[in-house]
Amino acid sequence: MSASLIVGVAFAYLGLLFAIAYWADRRADQGRSVIAHPTIYALSLAVYCTAWTFYGSVGRAAASGFGFLPIYLGPTLVVLLWGSLLVKMVRVSKTQRITSIADFIASRYGKSHLLGGLVTVIAVVGVVPYIALQLKAISSSYHILVQYPQVVTPDPSLHPPFWRDTAFEVALLLAAFTILFGTRHLDASERHEGMVAAIAFESIVKLVAFLAVGLFVTLGLSGGLSGVFERAQEAGEATLLLAPTVGDYRDWFAISLLAALAVMLLPRQFQVGVVENSDERHIRRAIWLFPLYLLLINLFVLPIALAGLHLFPSGSVDADSFMLTIPMSQGSPWLALFVFIGGLSAATGMVIVETIALATMVSNDLLLPSLLRRWRRLPPEADMGRLLLRIRRGAIIGVLLLGYVYYRLAGEAYALVSIGLISFAAVAQFAPVMIASLYWRGGTREGALAGLSAGFAVWIYTLLLPSFAKSGWLPQGFLEVGPWGVALLRPQALFGLEGWNEITHCLFWSLAANVGAFLAVSSLRAPNAIETAQASAFVDVLRQHRPAHLALWRGSAEVAALTALAERFIGAPRARAAFEDYARTRGVASADDLPADAETVHFAETLLSGAIGSASARVMVASVTEEEPLGLDEVLGILDEASQIRAYSRELERKSQELEAATGELRAANLRLQELDHLKDDFMSSVTHELRTPLASIRAFSEILYDDSDIEPAERKRFLGILVSETERLSRLVNQVLDLAKIESGHADWHNEEVELGGIIRQAVESVGQILESKGARVTQSLSVGEANVWADRDRLVQVMVNLLSNAAKFVPADTGLVEVRLEAVAAGWRVCVSDNGQGIAEADLPIVFEKFRQSTGGGDKPVGTGLGLPISRQIVEHFGGRIWAESPPGKGATLCFELPRTAAPSPSSEAES
Amino acid sequence: MSKRILIVDDEPNIVIPLEFLMKREGFEVSVARDGEEGLAAIRAQRPDLVILDVMMPGRSGFEVCEAVRSDAALAGVRILMLTAKGREAEMKKGLALGADAYMAKPFSTHDLVARVKDLLGDTP
Repeated sequence: MSASLIVGVAFAYLGLLFAIAYWADRRADQGRSVIAHPTIYALSLAVYCTAWTFYGSVGRAAASGFGFLPIYLGPTLVVLLWGSLLVKMVRVSKTQRITSIADFIASRYGKSHLLGGLVTVIAVVGVVPYIALQLKAISSSYHILVQYPQVVTPDPSLHPPFWRDTAFEVALLLAAFTILFGTRHLDASERHEGMVAAIAFESIVKLVAFLAVGLFVTLGLSGGLSGVFERAQEAGEATLLLAPTVGDYRDWFAISLLAALAVMLLPRQFQVGVVENSDERHIRRAIWLFPLYLLLINLFVLPIALAGLHLFPSGSVDADSFMLTIPMSQGSPWLALFVFIGGLSAATGMVIVETIALATMVSNDLLLPSLLRRWRRLPPEADMGRLLLRIRRGAIIGVLLLGYVYYRLAGEAYALVSIGLISFAAVAQFAPVMIASLYWRGGTREGALAGLSAGFAVWIYTLLLPSFAKSGWLPQGFLEVGPWGVALLRPQALFGLEGWNEITHCLFWSLAANVGAFLAVSSLRAPNAIETAQASAFVDVLRQHRPAHLALWRGSAEVAALTALAERFIGAPRARAAFEDYARTRGVASADDLPADAETVHFAETLLSGAIGSASARVMVASVTEEEPLGLDEVLGILDEASQIRAYSRELERKSQELEAATGELRAANLRLQELDHLKDDFMSSVTHELRTPLASIRAFSEILYDDSDIEPAERKRFLGILVSETERLSRLVNQVLDLAKIESGHADWHNEEVELGGIIRQAVESVGQILESKGARVTQSLSVGEANVWADRDRLVQVMVNLLSNAAKFVPADTGLVEVRLEAVAAGWRVCVSDNGQGIAEADLPIVFEKFRQSTGGGDKPVGTGLGLPISRQIVEHFGGRIWAESPPGKGATLCFELPRTAAPSPSSEAES
Repeated sequence: MSKRILIVDDEPNIVIPLEFLMKREGFEVSVARDGEEGLAAIRAQRPDLVILDVMMPGRSGFEVCEAVRSDAALAGVRILMLTAKGREAEMKKGLALGADAYMAKPFSTHDLVARVKDLLGDTP
């Protein structure tokens, strides 16, 4: 078969794919989407079946019977979880405008650029072998076909220089094709509708091609399915159908698990399954349609393998090529060509979607963040959109070249299937973080970084490096004896886990390291504000209707700036249309009337994240809106407002309680004032009474004397005597009242000096002496202190002493009266006591003797005093800092004492008075 | 027959002029020094008029007045209250309690005598 024919048909087919894509894109622009159909969605998922499926399944079946199945068993079983798991993933991605798996993980754990970058690196490195596989498949299938009618598999040891290597040419060709396919413009809200349509088409093509060969084998050759198996049994190939051993069970489980994870986590699977999904409800059909597809495409694997083994006894033809070589050997070149196209289709589909997904990740999550960090602000004229597209195209070329490099370095050492499983193991590292992001609110950015790094490192060590070693690029000893001869660290028998299939072995250790590091590092701190908000947005997405992080934004924005930003990334017409639509939903006339609030900013952010990823979109919007970075403190502050309000209301309660207490105190004070007022009234009435009584007497006597001139002289004299003494009494009273009033109001004049108590006592005793004599009372003085100095008003102290002595004189019994005056030193100062042997004071009256107008009535006689003497004495004594009190032990009369604080010793110049 | 007047006051220098005045007018005078004594004297002697001081230790003039007025047997006894407190409230209280007259100290001797005569009719 001529090369030009093959190449020509290949180009024609690719052209057809491109045409379909173009047409689908045009229809989408017109609003009549071709791909909004659940069957299309399910078929697009079938991009899972690549050249690996096409050629490799048969090869694997020829080597290990049913051993090809786990790769399809895993996905078949995992669809049962899709009702919840995939729906959740899709819902989250739509609400958060997630564009890739790196974006997903980065967005969940704090919108971390570092995390996104790490996921991108892992994805690129992990998927490179897989791409290499496709290149190998296309180039070897080409080489086989071109040699028709000869059936010869190319010599794996051939190493043409790269510029003549078919695989290299294929790589370049695919790069160009992919660039044309997926980087014509930067999309914001639309997905790659054309790409999805083309992929769905090619899924059909490869299925039909496979079924064609299967039918050819079973019906065309050797009379039916039973015929195939009969002959197989005869030829002893029934060993293929033997039940697998225990070790195989472990491998089955591992590979099934790997495949189940890969069908969701491979970048291309995430792209078609989540990002390109246009309606959640399509998932429901995919749940049964996809496994059905897998069933159909694997239906004839065993028969084909058996036929191949039969036709080409072991080793002569590479089993991976049975799909081609069987029709070739049977003289059906057109079938073989169709098969080649089928294989090309499978490989191309994979490469296109995978590299577009990887390029998106590289531009959005790896390169753009670091560029943004360097620029801080946008350069004024830069067309960001074009720059991004150029980055993506570069990434596509880069990935494909890397694929070629890997193919050269390690491609020959492995069968196709094994290469694929290496990639599966790499993307499986995303599984713990992905599952946790949807079902666990814990987990931090550092935890995700640690888990991914650990798993990736183990994967490199246990799978990637050995693949280089097996191809001779690293010393073999590395594999057999371990690095530096440490047997425990042998890459494919770590820590003594010998005899395990290398894939299973890698899966075990890498997931162990991954999960362990993820959980351990996540537990080091609690999730911060953004992580918590995103956790809520992810885990609760099925319960929410609005994105939760709307409230966390703060800043100022101009709508014009936002539209300008959007235009620079997704083009003016698309940006305008999007904003107009949004304005309509907000009930505003046009985009110019949109309020520059948090909602609008959020809309702009989500619009942009469709093109450049959510983390980068956030940074871009922030650069335009002068947003103040929302630190953790501020978020907590916002959250704290609620608790602050509570604190304020508590404060308010407390203040009002204090107010109540103060009001209570005021009321009490008012009551006291009223009492004092009453007391004052009582005092006033007492005073008036005390004044009026002698006045009445004076007036009465005066009038009598005036009116009656016949009164006897003796009586006249008596009356006049009473008149005079009442006048005296009255003036005494008036003086005392005034005195007390002056002292109490603080208007009294005090002439203070250093006075000696002994002298004062003697002076007072002298003045009262007459009264005492007339009653026949004796006075004794016992002054135990020589010089008792106080600082006081002499006259006032004399007044006090006179008062006390007068009282004593009042109450001593006649003729046997004894008044004792004592002066002694005490701790507080000087104490003076005046005791009499009168009737004493009742205990109840002891405190009230010092109250105004209270007078003990002794012996029926009306007391001569005014009742103010003791109160005035108290005022005087207390004025000088002393105290005065009364004691009256029963039967011992009454004793009134006062104490005064002492002053310093007299200066030598002062003389004591005698 | 002369009218009998009882003077109830604890202040001796008031009792003396009052006694003098009443005797000068020809009344029979007896004296009590406090409220208790006064009440007993009223009951015993049944005077025609009592000159009753308000401010007294023990029973005050008001209490005596009340006691007298609540005793039907003493309905014929006139009561003239004297007080050094001049408040109107006191006066009203006294009159409300049944005093026939109320005078403040210091009093005019003429007024007092006139009042007494007034209360007793004119006959000495």
